[in-house]
Amino acid sequence: MSAAAAYDCVVVGGGHNGLVCATYLARAGRSVLVLEAAPSLGGAAITREFAPGFRVSACAHLLHLMPPALMRELQLERHGLAWAAREVGTLALDPSGSPLHLAQGTLTELSSGAPAPDSAAFQEWRALLRRFTAALHPVLNQTPPRLGTGAWRDRGALLSLALRIRRLGRTDLRELLRIGGICIHDVLEERFASPLLKGALALDAVLGTNYGPRSPGTVLSLLYRSAAGAGAERLALPRGGMGSLTQALAEAARAAGVRLRTDATVERILVHEDRVQAVTLAGGETVRARAVISSADPKTTLLQLLGSEHLDAGFTRRVAQLRTRGLAGKLHLALDGLPVFRGVPASCLRDRLLLAPSADYIERAYNHTKYREYSAAPMMEVTVPSVADPSLAPSGQHVLSAIVQYLPYEVEGGWEEQRPRLLQTLLSTLAAYAPDLPQRVRAAELLAPPDIEREFRIGGGHWHHAELALDQFFLVRPVPGATQYRAPVAGLYLCGAGCHPGGGVMGLAGRNAAREVLREAA
Amino acid sequence: MLTESAPHYRQPLLKTPFHERAREWSQLDSFVPWSGYSTVDVFTSVEQEYFAIRNASSLYDLTPMVKYRICGTDALRFLNRLVTRDLSKLGPGKVAYVVWCDDAGQLIDDGTVFCIGAQEYRLCTGERQLDWLRASAIGFAVEIQEITEDIAALAVQGPTSCALLLRAGLTGIERLRPFEHGEFTLTRAGREPMSLMVSRTGFTGDLGYELWLRPADAEPVWDVLLEEGSPRAVRPVGSRALNMARIEAGFLLPNVDFISAAHTLYVGTERSPLELGLGWLVDFGKGHFTGRRALLAEQERGPRRQLVGLDVDGNKPAHNALLYSDRSARREVGSVSSATWSPTCKRNLALAMVEAAYVSVGSTVWAEIYLNRELTWQRRVVRARVVERPFFAPARRRSTPPALY
Repeated sequence: MSAAAAYDCVVVGGGHNGLVCATYLARAGRSVLVLEAAPSLGGAAITREFAPGFRVSACAHLLHLMPPALMRELQLERHGLAWAAREVGTLALDPSGSPLHLAQGTLTELSSGAPAPDSAAFQEWRALLRRFTAALHPVLNQTPPRLGTGAWRDRGALLSLALRIRRLGRTDLRELLRIGGICIHDVLEERFASPLLKGALALDAVLGTNYGPRSPGTVLSLLYRSAAGAGAERLALPRGGMGSLTQALAEAARAAGVRLRTDATVERILVHEDRVQAVTLAGGETVRARAVISSADPKTTLLQLLGSEHLDAGFTRRVAQLRTRGLAGKLHLALDGLPVFRGVPASCLRDRLLLAPSADYIERAYNHTKYREYSAAPMMEVTVPSVADPSLAPSGQHVLSAIVQYLPYEVEGGWEEQRPRLLQTLLSTLAAYAPDLPQRVRAAELLAPPDIEREFRIGGGHWHHAELALDQFFLVRPVPGATQYRAPVAGLYLCGAGCHPGGGVMGLAGRNAAREVLREAA
Repeated sequence: MLTESAPHYRQPLLKTPFHERAREWSQLDSFVPWSGYSTVDVFTSVEQEYFAIRNASSLYDLTPMVKYRICGTDALRFLNRLVTRDLSKLGPGKVAYVVWCDDAGQLIDDGTVFCIGAQEYRLCTGERQLDWLRASAIGFAVEIQEITEDIAALAVQGPTSCALLLRAGLTGIERLRPFEHGEFTLTRAGREPMSLMVSRTGFTGDLGYELWLRPADAEPVWDVLLEEGSPRAVRPVGSRALNMARIEAGFLLPNVDFISAAHTLYVGTERSPLELGLGWLVDFGKGHFTGRRALLAEQERGPRRQLVGLDVDGNKPAHNALLYSDRSARREVGSVSSATWSPTCKRNLALAMVEAAYVSVGSTVWAEIYLNRELTWQRRVVRARVVERPFFAPARRRSTPPALY
């Protein structure tokens, strides 16, 4: 083996978690190299051209999970992060043209500006979520304690979580225990009347998951999203798309002394006497490292880069059984002008538009995925980022970016055959809200889960790398035996979305992992 | 691709290819279940069968041994990651005794691996393992197929076993060394030549062989062996006689001397190979295998208890006896898992799990034995000494060519 270079830490993958982790490691004095397979850094938070002159956030398209404290610590604004919009509101679109507006904790009829009938219930629900998330949020910054070890560190972490939850008080604690494991549909039915509002709230509970509103555990996924993002109304658009966030992260990493390499695909993690020793790159180069920290998904890291021969069989089986298939796709449209959405003034198109007029609508769309189909009426989260950020499209023209759910990873007939058909389905779905939209389309790009898997190198194409559900959550994420960012092989760490606290553009997995790496002597 | 045979749990107890012949020899009609098959417990009397094993030759039907065919480019890598022993030097024609563990380093089962060719092995084991083998196959180019029902197996064990097989027409069998296997042809006047695999392996600690046959050849081979053998005191034996022989040989019996970690329900009842005195099978230097990290940690700590051989005073087998630190029987230090009076050694033998302080040869523990004398129960606390295993290890088990008694 030729030792081209030696580093304290090699970080596999230059997405946001890899960059965050690398920066904290370098700031603590470690020599750090980030190896990114793609020609540019950013992972699933990138901006790229999809039609001449039209650029878009190619995977994640709104920033709402990255904690402000993390952004301050990394001085991202000093490293070039600017905002196109800080407080993006939400419009729940209605085919008949009377949308609801959700912003800064208020619920209004967009047409009149008057509080909607469910407004009081909405405030109450928001306040309850805020209390729950205040109790749960500290967990996100924490390395999950191990169960049954008897170690004081683990016991202390469990005890403090128990105390925080206990401090909710009897009424809230009862409610948390009651709804924590059930489906969002039942809770929304108890609290709200408006189908449109229930659709909008259910969308946030199921977006990016493999579940419908009637699936158990969807209250948990909403709590998770709320805890991470402190409420779904605080959505933001970085100027220049999500790519400018990861560019700022890369600048912060460089400033901390991290060496960044692109077009460097890690093919194997080499082990000597049960300890990582190096990584090999496509092309044969070997880079020695005392620690390897992978932001790739757990299956890719452990079963492909490392290999099951270095792992116990029971652990390997748990990794292989992780549910990692994504159900969300991405639609990008180049538009020659701003489309007119029924009942929505042009100035409101900087908000996020939800095409999920009821919880039943979402559930119906979800049903198809069980049978390798997609719905003729899919659910969409639509943004037109060029309204707030004209730099993304030629003058006077616009970019539409939508998360499309539910798209099965394996579809009847295959995605090559289905992609053009689905595009027509999506355009006609959009036309029901914006009749002039189809004729404004100059170019279109549609990414199904296998496309997301390929482009962003996420096995299964799930943006959380592994489904965020009770059985793959917190104390058991990604799998028992690797829950503290450590793989069983000494010197190998995980820092991606597959670890606690999960994905979305949050960065906490990267920061928590760096803390665990630093617990071991340099 | 992995394949499996028809689900055994849908069927009544299977009959081995030797069943009809066994029924003819059985005086007691005493059949017991074993891995989904009906097999003989005792044919005539345990003692008579035991002496066939030690003084002549015995036939024992071990068809229910679960057999897997493991092949593919990664077959060796797969097996070396599965078992604790290093198999990289196991060439074609060789057999190795192996154990495998779960992630926590606790024993799942033991068995034998036959190297058939560079990319083909056979694994023989007491219980079905397909689920664990499949889990262990993730990431390896290997095909695993259960072939239990495709192969009939007959153990021929005892001091005259080589002579018997030669008489039966298995030319060249005398050159087979312990833990070797080979293809042989059984030729006899008036019969079609039958090809079969023979391994010099067994569960008696004596000179002996195991025959692996096509099921269709089972009855002819049985007939030939007993034609030659019955005038020479050769007889079929059941599992109870075999149990006496295996205790003398110091071999472990699953579900008696240990419970598979895949089946234990109570915490702490599983056993590691280090505790079972199988540390010689654990090769920490060969690279990773399942359970390695846990076993390494256990080795550093030192096992808390260990399986030992005991020579118990008196002649009453110490079945299930609790073991104590002294005659007063106040402090428990272990318990007996297997016990027998050994007619050959003339010693009262036991296999027992004892605390770490009592594992060295020469240590003394006290066994609490209950005796039933015509419905009057008596309790004895007798001295038991930790002694070397195996208790019985005649030179003939290894000599090649064996003497032709």
